[in-house]
Amino acid sequence: MDENAAHRVKRAVLKAGHLIGLFLAMALICLPGLWIVLSSLRPTVEIMAKPPVWIPRNVSLDAYVAMFSGVGQGGIPVLDYFRNSLIISVTSTVIALCIGMAGGYAFARYRFRGKTSIFLGFMLTRTVPGIALSLPLFFVYARLGIIDTHFGLILAYVALNVPFTVWLIDGFFRQVPRDLAEAAQIDGCTRWQAFWRVEFPLARPGIASAGIFAFLISWNEFALASQLTRSTNSKTLPVGLLDYTAEFTIDWRGMCALAVVMIIPALTLTFTVQKHLVSGLTSGAVKG
Amino acid sequence: MATVSLNNLVKKYGNLEVVHSINLDVADREFIALVGPSGCGKSTSLRMIAGLEDITGGKIRIGDRVVNDLPPRQRNISMVFQSYALYPHMSVAENMGFSLKIAGRPQSEIDAAVAEAARTLSLEELLERRPSQLSGGQRQRVAMGRAIVRKPDVFLFDEPLSNLDAKLRMQMRTEIKKLHAQVQSTVIYVTHDQVEAMTLSDRIVIMRDGHIEQVGTPEEVFQRPATRFVAGFIGSPTMNLREAEIADGKMVFANGDALPIPPQFRDKVSAGGKVVFGIRPDDVFPAGHGIHSGDATDVHTVDVPVSITEPLGNETLVFAEFAGDDWIARMLNPKALHPGDRVDLSFDLSQAHLFSADTEKTLRS
Repeated sequence: MDENAAHRVKRAVLKAGHLIGLFLAMALICLPGLWIVLSSLRPTVEIMAKPPVWIPRNVSLDAYVAMFSGVGQGGIPVLDYFRNSLIISVTSTVIALCIGMAGGYAFARYRFRGKTSIFLGFMLTRTVPGIALSLPLFFVYARLGIIDTHFGLILAYVALNVPFTVWLIDGFFRQVPRDLAEAAQIDGCTRWQAFWRVEFPLARPGIASAGIFAFLISWNEFALASQLTRSTNSKTLPVGLLDYTAEFTIDWRGMCALAVVMIIPALTLTFTVQKHLVSGLTSGAVKG
Repeated sequence: MATVSLNNLVKKYGNLEVVHSINLDVADREFIALVGPSGCGKSTSLRMIAGLEDITGGKIRIGDRVVNDLPPRQRNISMVFQSYALYPHMSVAENMGFSLKIAGRPQSEIDAAVAEAARTLSLEELLERRPSQLSGGQRQRVAMGRAIVRKPDVFLFDEPLSNLDAKLRMQMRTEIKKLHAQVQSTVIYVTHDQVEAMTLSDRIVIMRDGHIEQVGTPEEVFQRPATRFVAGFIGSPTMNLREAEIADGKMVFANGDALPIPPQFRDKVSAGGKVVFGIRPDDVFPAGHGIHSGDATDVHTVDVPVSITEPLGNETLVFAEFAGDDWIARMLNPKALHPGDRVDLSFDLSQAHLFSADTEKTLRS
């Protein structure tokens, strides 16, 4: 009996320790985000104060008001940037997903010559840092006349994302048992119907996560966008942050406010798509 | 309902031929089992019939149609997979009605067909569940339900009971047999379990290395195995098979021990001929403990030591040493025997088999 009680106490202590540890880890991860939100609501003096002011004293939405009040009154063309970011990120994500699905399916299901090398080749492209590509890309794009266009950035982001989406979606299609597509074909499906009705729904968590990652990469990308965009025609939000830097000063509050504006759609998307991320959906398909 | 015929069916993967020109005719409403060890080509043959594997050579007919170039959906077949292959994102009812839905049938018809199949297989309570919420046996029944809803010409079963435990396997075996009696359709059933093949099928096809060794009713393949392989494969415990040479009107084994030539083979062998002697454990028994009554005329008895015994309750398997090797004998009304005990081991030679040592084919005409 004593032994049991001791065991229970030990378990309770361990659980408490576990929860405290998790809380600290989460706090550490969330702190920068919280700091950005706080900084967007208070004057630069307070942001730069040393020692740091933890509890804001003057909270105001001035930075947000200024941001939307137009060029010349402390504002930036935030709506243009937002529109550009949205068009470029969504389009490049959709294209990267389509290619990723086709490629991932092919890698998961078919045998063909040079499969491993091609796959490895795809992965190797991811080892090149984006910034290293910016200069060569700039020259090529200048020649083609697609600098400062949506098309140019979409093309770059698709190229950046495709290896990743192919890789991720391949893994998920591999988890869908082959028997299922065969059973569907016997049940009267064409090859395409078997894919669309059986394999695609089962790989959906993978496709959704590939979509989120591709979107976030495009949405947050700065290095290439800063080189390949010039004006409100194509500048994206991360590049727009630079509008808050002047020769000798940086408007930290404005920058943080824009950062918050940037974070909101990304968060919304993640929460919306999250329900599709339930994995383990294939359990019960085959023996077990 | 339909017949199925395979003519010179060949399957190659690159240069590797795995099915060597096999021929088989399955009658309408027949239950036929393809049986053999792993890698014998039975599943490959089934998958060719299903349309899931390309056919390298030969023809497959279902009914009066050559189906070589038809995709699976146009062959009007159903298949039950070893892995069940249920669609995990659909409920049991949706799984079972999927084929009709794809065919564009009205919902009322689908519901009626699913309800009927569910009644047949006692699945009514489970219709709203997902496959992940079912036990192995239930999943297997759903897989069968999905197959019967289509009312196909031919049912294909690919080792459907391999993933179940022994007790459930026996239960499902009975259900499959009942199901066949009810739906009265042609069934091709692949298994590596000879007991399943024997108990379920009208005829058994025994395959080995991509060839058909023998086709026959369960009684035929058990009582008159055409080859040494079939003799060893069918029956449990396996048949005692030993090589011997004919000399002085006897079969002489490697260590010099000998048995008389079984009467039915006396005119089939000649001195110096090499043979394989086969006798089932049922026909080897400690004197007085056999299946057959004591007056069998061709019983030959030898005095041998017991190696081990395996008591099974109503009978005991006795491993007794003769001709330098352990022979399995079945002792009915068992008496206590211990390793090292001597026993009078009787061979009922009238039930024995002889195969040519070269061709491995039976010497029975």
